Amino acid sequence: MAVKVRIPSPLQKLTKNQSEVTANGKNIKELFSDLEKQYPGIRDRLYDENGNLRRFINVYINEEDIRFLKNEESEIKDGDNVSIIPAIAGGMGN
Amino acid sequence: MSSFTEEQIYRYSRHIILPEVGGKGQKKLLSSRVLLLGAGGLGSPAAMYLAAAGIGNLGIIDFDVVDMSNLQRQILHGVEDIGKPKAESARDTIKSLNPDVKVELYKERLSSENINRIFENYEIIVDGCDNFPTRYLVNDACIMMGKTNVHGSIFRFDGQVTVFKPKEGPCYRCLYPEPPPPGMVPSCQEAGVLGVLPGIIGTLQAVEVIKLILGIGKPLIGKLLLYNALDADFRQVKLRRDVNCPVCGDNPTIKELIDYEEFCGIARH
Repeated sequence: MAVKVRIPSPLQKLTKNQSEVTANGKNIKELFSDLEKQYPGIRDRLYDENGNLRRFINVYINEEDIRFLKNEESEIKDGDNVSIIPAIAGGMGN
Repeated sequence: MSSFTEEQIYRYSRHIILPEVGGKGQKKLLSSRVLLLGAGGLGSPAAMYLAAAGIGNLGIIDFDVVDMSNLQRQILHGVEDIGKPKAESARDTIKSLNPDVKVELYKERLSSENINRIFENYEIIVDGCDNFPTRYLVNDACIMMGKTNVHGSIFRFDGQVTVFKPKEGPCYRCLYPEPPPPGMVPSCQEAGVLGVLPGIIGTLQAVEVIKLILGIGKPLIGKLLLYNALDADFRQVKLRRDVNCPVCGDNPTIKELIDYEEFCGIARH
């Protein structure tokens, strides 16, 4: 299943500055393995040393947070949009 | 406030003729109390539009001084304000826009020591701060004190806006339970930010504040609005309250405020 994945600014260095890429997989786990094959290094930014998705990065299938679906086992259908959304803090300062 | 002056009827006439605002709504705005965290990129447009709209009491917390490099996006301040405390410069701009607004300044750094004293005077907190320790402190204090938090954040070309309303929706920790570890998230200082971006996001925060005060429309409670300037893309995703949230969940484990260390390479001083 090939779907579009939105890549946030902080990770775009790894995706050759693309804000949207295409990847394959029937669930999020497979999709992210495919991303790592295409863009080596991205896995380390998404997962911690214990192999868990980092807690300051949320993943959405369309409008839904995968934590409220089946986490990495959440299934992906044709035409779905996957978004990776990290915490950002910028606002007031220098 | 009992009745409008003639000048006020004229000043707010474009609001008053809107059925969704009206004289009644305008009076609500004039008696409301809103606190802006930061008179910087997000706080500038938010403060100016809220002041122009006739928010009666605006608090501003900022301990920084105006620097030339701020002027690329922090439209509260001008060349003549360089070196002046941002809070004072903000007050002067607000007063020149609308003398109806009472401005209270807090030239201090927000911490677990002063946050209750400052927040207790306000109904709505507009979070436009620039670092994770303050974001978490503000979130936890808002939950503990029952304050609505209108959250905006920016990074390079990306912006996020949402409303955290205690008991009605999720909080920041439902979204991101813990701050990122040091060095994982670059700051705007290191990565840059498009100067107009905080203009968009801070203005959206001002819209949400006014909707909340008037009780109109659908505020961004349980929804995260994402904007990307390069793609001209607006999207929304759903945010859900996490029953295991350490601060607003069913069995909270965080019951006291935490002063996180400045750990993200985002420390400003």
